[in-house]
Amino acid sequence: MTEAVKTTDIEEILKYTSVDELYGWEWEYAKEIEIRGRITRDIIEEISRVKKEPDWMLRLRLRALDLFYRLPMPRWLTGIEEIDLEELAAYVKPKAERTEEWTDLPEEIRKAYEKLGIPEIEARFLSGLTAVYGSETVYSKMKEKLEEQGVIIMPIEDAVQKYPDLIKRYFARIFPPSDHKFAALHVALWSGGAFVYVPKGVKVEQPIEAFFFIGGSLEGQFEHTLVVADEGSYVHFIEGCSAPLLKRYSFHDGMVELYAARNAHIKFTTLQNWSRDIINFNNKRGIAKEGAVIEWTEGSIGSKITYTYPSTILAGRGAKTSNIVIGIANGPYLKDTGSKVIHAAPETASRIVSKSISNNGGISVYRGLVRINKGAYNSIANVECDSLILDESSLAYTYPHNQVEEPTATVSHEAKTGRLSEEQLFYMASRGLDEGEAKSLIVIGMLKEILSDLPLEFVSILNRVIQLEFSEVGGVG
Amino acid sequence: MLEVKDLSVGIKADRIKNILYNVSLTVEPGEVHAIMGPNGSGKTSLLYSIMGHPRYVILKGQVLLDGEDITGLPPEERSLKGLMLSFQHPVEVEGVRLSTLLIAAWNKRRGEADLLKIGDARMLRDMRQLASRVGLKPEFLRRDVNVGFSGGERKRSELFQALFLRPKYMLLDEPDTGLDIDGVKLIAENISRIAEDGVGVLLVTHYARILNYVRPDKVSVIVNGRIVDTGGPELAERIDREGYKSYGVIEVD
Repeated sequence: MTEAVKTTDIEEILKYTSVDELYGWEWEYAKEIEIRGRITRDIIEEISRVKKEPDWMLRLRLRALDLFYRLPMPRWLTGIEEIDLEELAAYVKPKAERTEEWTDLPEEIRKAYEKLGIPEIEARFLSGLTAVYGSETVYSKMKEKLEEQGVIIMPIEDAVQKYPDLIKRYFARIFPPSDHKFAALHVALWSGGAFVYVPKGVKVEQPIEAFFFIGGSLEGQFEHTLVVADEGSYVHFIEGCSAPLLKRYSFHDGMVELYAARNAHIKFTTLQNWSRDIINFNNKRGIAKEGAVIEWTEGSIGSKITYTYPSTILAGRGAKTSNIVIGIANGPYLKDTGSKVIHAAPETASRIVSKSISNNGGISVYRGLVRINKGAYNSIANVECDSLILDESSLAYTYPHNQVEEPTATVSHEAKTGRLSEEQLFYMASRGLDEGEAKSLIVIGMLKEILSDLPLEFVSILNRVIQLEFSEVGGVG
Repeated sequence: MLEVKDLSVGIKADRIKNILYNVSLTVEPGEVHAIMGPNGSGKTSLLYSIMGHPRYVILKGQVLLDGEDITGLPPEERSLKGLMLSFQHPVEVEGVRLSTLLIAAWNKRRGEADLLKIGDARMLRDMRQLASRVGLKPEFLRRDVNVGFSGGERKRSELFQALFLRPKYMLLDEPDTGLDIDGVKLIAENISRIAEDGVGVLLVTHYARILNYVRPDKVSVIVNGRIVDTGGPELAERIDREGYKSYGVIEVD
């Protein structure tokens, strides 16, 4: 029974020679439940019944559904019209019991994680891991030491049952469904994801990870992550995403909510590497109370279209946030990224860094909002936008927006657009590197800032992914 | 042997403009061949053409590397076959550390799929040692390629890269400009050492100063895109005394 799991050695992963090999084509997996069709009250009730949810959660879902139908389609979104919600599965439960042992998982599901070295990374570097396949958490485990410290890491469905007070207090409150249509859709259909609670003063040494995998075409994934860090605590949460190459598209509409209590520190890292068949919509927001720190770092590498704008509300005196988003649009894809910071208390500080790389027909967009409320005395906001365009067929746009109502605040914005020159390519060629290799080195260089505090294994896999992406000039997708 | 045979080159602009005419020269392994000429005579264009810069169009002639015709190859392939160009004004490459560039170039030469792999600790040790040999501190390796480098640091870095990558033939474009006399001596010493190790060196220089420290085996003079004179070290000495007057060129300093 204790047969060892054959995990893909990270060394093996580094030997992949193409993006196709890395992702693989979509493969069959057994499903227990699949719910498809127009999103109605019946569908919501069925999902809630499958999850054996308390009544208050069903009511929250139904309120969100109502909002979804009433809210207008956001006008600034491009490409979203490709999504036909009626042909997408709103809920897919794979045929797999949730487990704490990789060996318990059916092979076709385990394979998704092994292919990317997840079990090995978990064993060596993580405090806890939640793995979501389709709509459900199939694996969840936390190291024992954390349990002793009172840390909670569990599938969010379990938290709904066990810690209803915490969930009621934070869930869909940091990011309310009324914000926009896709936030409402998310709250109506949410399924899978992780809940983390770090008690007062506890510093979680190793990162916690949630890994999201979409296994097939025309699936919707609406996972939810909620991290609550109590006073003076620290936690680093990493989310990773992947999917195989699909015959048709799939849709991801996830949500992350962070709550950093007084003097708490949350670091949240996203390594998004969906295959080119995923339309990826994110709803990410954190609240930082007095003296608290929220750091978002996001490496947005894959997907067909990505919309991601990690946001922080600085709600207590002296709260700080840093928000680094690096987007790569390599091929006929769109990266619509940015950030939002609301300074709602005195002496708060924010730093937004946006770096984009457009190549091979890719389009990168930065949208940012810095708002400084009246009374947020002596607050400081710093925005840096750096766009790098690697060829003639690619584009980058920057839409910064500042609303400053406090005269003692300081807001600075620096924007820069660079192009890769023929002389730079020739210089690297004279050292033996072809165009794709030269570009991949430049891109990896831009990612440095988000890679600096990740385990080396993550970094080398990511570096390999970038090299593969750029070695297939014109051939990706 | 690196051989340039009857090479005529144009540069792509609105139309193709001729810049080199019927240039022939050879560099044997272990030999230093100096190319001298006034400003704008085509020295850099010659090196760029040999290295395969995409804007330089070969109108006639060939470049042969150990007998193999490389005239049609892209620059990265020429590099892998053993050619290397040290630039007079190397371009800044933001985001790419000098060490990263060299690790990638080193792995590429060994057919390693992952260009960033550090499979051999000796490689890093060599890198640090060679950097110090040209007067660069190890911290230098962590800086982005040429970004914020002084003129002298660029020269040292260009030579250091050649020492590390060990080409068969080196194309050096004004390797001593911007250096003080100690810097020139150090660079020259390393060039001589490279040549003694069997590397063929094609050294482009306007002034003869560096040739006081690197003794060339051959000297060719290029004026207006044509080789107008060839000889031994005595030719460099004459140019040092007289400038390019005898070739009908009067330069004002």
